[in-house]
Amino acid sequence: MNAVYILWLRQLKRYTRSRARVTASLAQPLLFLFALGFGLGPTFQKAGHGNYIQFISPGVIGMTVLFNSMFSGIELIWDRQFGFLKETLVAPVSRLSIMIGRTLGGATTALIQGVIIMGVCTVAGFRVQNLSLLPVAFLFMALIATTFTALGTGIASLLTDFQGFQLVMNLVVMPAFFLSGALFPLGEAPAPIQFIASFDPLSFGVDGLRTALIGVAHFGIPTDLGVLATFTTLFLGFGGYLFSRIQL
Amino acid sequence: MIWARELTKNFGAISAVQGISFEVAKGEIFAFLGPNGAGKTTTIKMLTTLLKPSSGRVELDGLDPATQQQETRKRFGIVFQDSSIDDELTAYENMDFHGVLYKVPKRIRAARIEELLKLFELWDRRDHQVKHFSGGMRRRLEIARGFLHTPKILFLDEPTLGLDPQTRNQLWTHVKRLNETENVTVFLTTHYMEEAERVAHRIAIMDHGRIVAQGSSEELKRQTGTDSLEEAFLALTGTSIREEEGGSIVRMRRMVKLFRR
Repeated sequence: MNAVYILWLRQLKRYTRSRARVTASLAQPLLFLFALGFGLGPTFQKAGHGNYIQFISPGVIGMTVLFNSMFSGIELIWDRQFGFLKETLVAPVSRLSIMIGRTLGGATTALIQGVIIMGVCTVAGFRVQNLSLLPVAFLFMALIATTFTALGTGIASLLTDFQGFQLVMNLVVMPAFFLSGALFPLGEAPAPIQFIASFDPLSFGVDGLRTALIGVAHFGIPTDLGVLATFTTLFLGFGGYLFSRIQL
Repeated sequence: MIWARELTKNFGAISAVQGISFEVAKGEIFAFLGPNGAGKTTTIKMLTTLLKPSSGRVELDGLDPATQQQETRKRFGIVFQDSSIDDELTAYENMDFHGVLYKVPKRIRAARIEELLKLFELWDRRDHQVKHFSGGMRRRLEIARGFLHTPKILFLDEPTLGLDPQTRNQLWTHVKRLNETENVTVFLTTHYMEEAERVAHRIAIMDHGRIVAQGSSEELKRQTGTDSLEEAFLALTGTSIREEEGGSIVRMRRMVKLFRR
């Protein structure tokens, strides 16, 4: 238990100490919020879907959490390259508790980033419809964060250097984001897109967020929660297994 | 305490360790000498659960590191050849992190951290992030950390690389004291013959993945008909210089230099 805590704490300390990273990782969601939010807003409105900033904000929050949690997971490659991983891997604690500690730490930082972006969205005009559902939104953010940090950790366990990083960004993170319905209403999308989206954990995460924050649902909260929690468990298992098999 | 039979590790077509056998008794200081790329670090990795052997058997305190990893890890401590500290954390935090992982009780932890950081002259810089440390300071921190808990077996993989004579002296005095008072078994690798001669009870010389000779420093000299361990070493391993592969870590370091402000 102490091992989980100290690894969680380490991730948090690393996060609070790298201001450059905090700022840099906020830039991308801001771009989406402002360029798409204000750029496509009028068109979205004319199509009869209402306020686009209102619609896209949960998507942008989900995206922030996705990117930051994947990155936290992938950060494992750095630890491997700079040797710190060795220190943790020879310690007399189970690999699973190391993986869980890292993952929870990474997920916590992603969650913080998501909350910051939620604040920024509010400045841009986003309004939470029902404040009493805010805890539900946080629950979804935490689940998205844990799912993708675990996935990132699992993938990073297989990679020995940074060559694979770009691959992961292009083949996992970008598709997960664009096909999740973060930017468009899934219900209006063609069937193939809807089909693919139903395998994307982020679809359920964003839908849960959107339902909790603005009361617009595609799958509905029970489905969202069930499916996302299943993904979380699955990826924690997957990440934990691959992590426990690392050889240096 | 440590026992290896026909221990082998292949990386694809390359055979890093080729069927080596050796034994280290409890309370013994055992030195592995060998040119770069001889397979010393690979051997240590197999002993410390970081790598699985391709074939052969190893035992540490009667445990198999490949299958009884968790139990094995409770038995040893290690100072790695290359960096294994977290740059973003402070010296004290790195020590504390280690202490928590190795379940050193809080009170003892604080006292030992202070004692060790003072011994290796890092106490004044304890609250500085390691990324601002010089190479020698980082190395000192790695060594101080290695002594934080008292294991049954201590692995030291080229611990004195890049250390000044003062710190080297501190290190070996400390190792000898641990060995004598706590009966810690020590397994070390080094390039400095005089160090091996000074501390090691027994020495194995490794080259191209094989052990070419084993024995006390006296025995090795007698065996090769030479006057010093250095000469014995050269007689056994030849005088050609070995190339080590750079690989991804070198590329990575270069990349990081580009990104660092």
